[in-house]
Amino acid sequence: MAGRSLTWLGVTTLALLAILIGGILLSNASWAPKLALDLEGGTQIILKPNIEDGSQATQEQLNQAVSIIRQRVDASGVSEAEVNTEGNNVVVSIPGEADEETRKRIEASAKLEFRPVLVAGQPSNTFVGEDGEETPYPTPDPALPSTPTAKPTDASDLSQVTPALQAAFQAFDCGQPIEAGVVQPADGPIIACEADGSVKYILGPVEVEGSQITDATNGMRTTQSGATTGEWAVNLRFNSEGTQEFADVTSRLNGLQSPQNQFAIVLDNQVISAPQTLAVIADGRPEISGNFTQESSKTLADQLKYGALPISFTVQSSDQISATLGSSQLQIGILAGIIGLVLVAIYTLFQYRLLGLVTLASLVVAGVLTYLVIAILSWRNGYRLSLAGVAGLIVAIGFTADSFIVYFERIRDELRDGRGLESAVEAGWRRAKRTIYASKGVNVLAALVLYVLAVGNVKGFAFTLGVTTVIDVIVVLLFTHPMLQLLARTRFFSSGHPLSGLDPNALGAVYRGRAQFRAPTEVSRGKAAKSSREATKRQTIAERKQAELIATGGTKSQEKDS
Amino acid sequence: MASLTTFGNDLYTGKRSINFVANRRVWFSVAIALVLFSILVPIVKGGFNLSFEFTGGSQFTISPVASADQDKATDAVAGVVPEAVAKVTTVGNDSVRVQTNQLTNAETDDVTEALATAFDVDTSAVTTSFIGASWGQDVTRQALTGLVIFLALAFLIMALYFRTWKMSAAAMIALLDVLIITLGVYSLSGFEISPAAIIGFLTILGYSLYDTVVVFDKIRENTSEDGENSTRTFAESVNLAVNQTLVRSINTSVVAALPVASILLIGDFVLGAETLRDISLSLFVGILVATYSTIFVAAPLYALFRQNEPEIRKRDARILEARKRSVEPDIAPAI
Repeated sequence: MAGRSLTWLGVTTLALLAILIGGILLSNASWAPKLALDLEGGTQIILKPNIEDGSQATQEQLNQAVSIIRQRVDASGVSEAEVNTEGNNVVVSIPGEADEETRKRIEASAKLEFRPVLVAGQPSNTFVGEDGEETPYPTPDPALPSTPTAKPTDASDLSQVTPALQAAFQAFDCGQPIEAGVVQPADGPIIACEADGSVKYILGPVEVEGSQITDATNGMRTTQSGATTGEWAVNLRFNSEGTQEFADVTSRLNGLQSPQNQFAIVLDNQVISAPQTLAVIADGRPEISGNFTQESSKTLADQLKYGALPISFTVQSSDQISATLGSSQLQIGILAGIIGLVLVAIYTLFQYRLLGLVTLASLVVAGVLTYLVIAILSWRNGYRLSLAGVAGLIVAIGFTADSFIVYFERIRDELRDGRGLESAVEAGWRRAKRTIYASKGVNVLAALVLYVLAVGNVKGFAFTLGVTTVIDVIVVLLFTHPMLQLLARTRFFSSGHPLSGLDPNALGAVYRGRAQFRAPTEVSRGKAAKSSREATKRQTIAERKQAELIATGGTKSQEKDS
Repeated sequence: MASLTTFGNDLYTGKRSINFVANRRVWFSVAIALVLFSILVPIVKGGFNLSFEFTGGSQFTISPVASADQDKATDAVAGVVPEAVAKVTTVGNDSVRVQTNQLTNAETDDVTEALATAFDVDTSAVTTSFIGASWGQDVTRQALTGLVIFLALAFLIMALYFRTWKMSAAAMIALLDVLIITLGVYSLSGFEISPAAIIGFLTILGYSLYDTVVVFDKIRENTSEDGENSTRTFAESVNLAVNQTLVRSINTSVVAALPVASILLIGDFVLGAETLRDISLSLFVGILVATYSTIFVAAPLYALFRQNEPEIRKRDARILEARKRSVEPDIAPAI
């Protein structure tokens, strides 16, 4: 049993090490975990709101934008970014370098609309005239009628395509699409282009809005038989209102001719796709496909999930920034941690004698595992160690050591009850295990809930807490307990050597019912001898009282250690 | 230290016992006094001292500078507004950004002067602006939502695990006690409440519940093993459990507090590292208070909550009756 647990621990450790080494050799992992903004610095991106005619973004709009951008950045991993306003701009500080994808993720407004297609055509704004030359369509004559001749019956009604709109459509150049921040009429038709400029559309009014989305995820598209097509898509989930709207629209479009049966998905004034409606979507879970990669589909899903920004932004500047705390603080933290560990070592050795070595060895094992996991997570999941995280790891020493302390104290309790060492280790483990699971469960719960719900620094904290707690349980299960099982078989410990920390005499072991008898005879310390004699005496009284109770009509008494 | 082992032996057998439960009036009075004191401190001091991450503040950008020495900026700000905590960052190659709490117009002008002198540039090279909170209302709201849901779930899970909601209730009250006292001491210290300190408080909430669960599990063990013929009243069983886990409680809090204490001492008094100081103070105080609160508040409170249940009351009465008739008026743990 003990051997198997230790083997498992060894296998786990080696596997983690192999993953890390593999990551270093084949990818961009490194031995040192990445550091957060406060310790390493990063990139500061200043975003300027796109607002025309000199007006200013309101404070409310800015605050809302800060909140949404923070969620978007957080969704890319545990990065502990900082987002705040500065004057009328929004400042995003992220650790490390900001790549193109990150910038897009931050600045895009991500205003999503679903509009029915009225007219689809070539993207060019030129035609080949009678002279055989390519000439641009003229700028629309403002005198052309721009109100429909008949009131449109529904959003797909072609009467909305007035001569003025038709002329504007022809003259529209997809090489100069409408910018993201421009507000287009929601209740009337608009002109828009496919994102890659391949098709030009006239679209009907907005039928379903992105604000009705409750969740968005990315994933591979699957065929009806469940096989994946290898194409990335964003899966949406609508609230009940959006679901109803979606069902109504798709059932109407389903019966129309092409291109009017197409339902355009418009993101920031560009059509990302305009699929034909082949079936009524009644479950409120449409899928958006387009030319997505895994990354871009994840970005869009995150953007849609947290909602559109009230205003769009452009990156005004993007600069390297230094750490706010500087490397000296990290060194102080590490130094203080080491000193603390030495103090803990001295204290546990005093308290538990050689058993304290098991505590220290367990802490070392936990330390190695924590380091490996953090190094791997910082490579794979963007985990970054902040100073608060370092402090959290140092506090984890206390949490972790407590598992051993609870366990050792239970073993001692069993020894006090007069058990032999091997059986005390097992009995103590059975009791300690429950306590350890229950109490660590509380910590894992805290970590999970805060990780899912909180943002920013709190998320990072929850992550550290969760990782250290899980490692703590693994170590006590696969290392500390098996080590004690093995040690209990050695003469040094089983004979209860005074230095073992498990000396039954010093622990005042006493005769208890049918359990093995260990006489509290010669004890090195007078105090201990006195206490165990007294304990024996007391027990006699207790037993006498039990006998009395039985005499007064109770049933058979229970043995405490049975 | 060997004496702690002996002490542990005596506590385990019941030879020596501290009356955490029976003397609860004393302990509760102490706890209430501590809580009142902890509530009074911030009131007297006029609220908590929140850092600019929560409130927003002033930002100075000095550009261009010849050398981006962060200490120069820190000293310059400290020279004008000694109580302000300045966060200094170099941006790009040639500019320095200084963020502080919201300053008055006069202070802003003075700091601008001081920074210009320190970096040997014209005051026109120093621009000022107002920065919003990076830890805004929305972050606080999300964190609080998470916390409330966590506490509700913890309450439920503990109630299921221990098969009584009274343990959950006692644990939550003890938790509140820890939080209030830790905040009180923190306020007394005059340190700013920074995001790091908040992380410290969250850790303490986790630690406090954790510590209570460990002790309560021993109480559960003892009280559920008390059959019909137990010689201990319910309150005595609870008290015995607390005594039996006392050595563990002491050892654990010492082991947890030692590294934190070393960060606090080195971080604050020796080298003046602010983030370390904030987080380690809240942790150090919190660990000690959490251990205290489990023993002196949670356990006696639990005994109080349950002692009037008809079954427990009946059994306690029977045990006391039997004890009176016995020859020795013993067993009741004294000291």
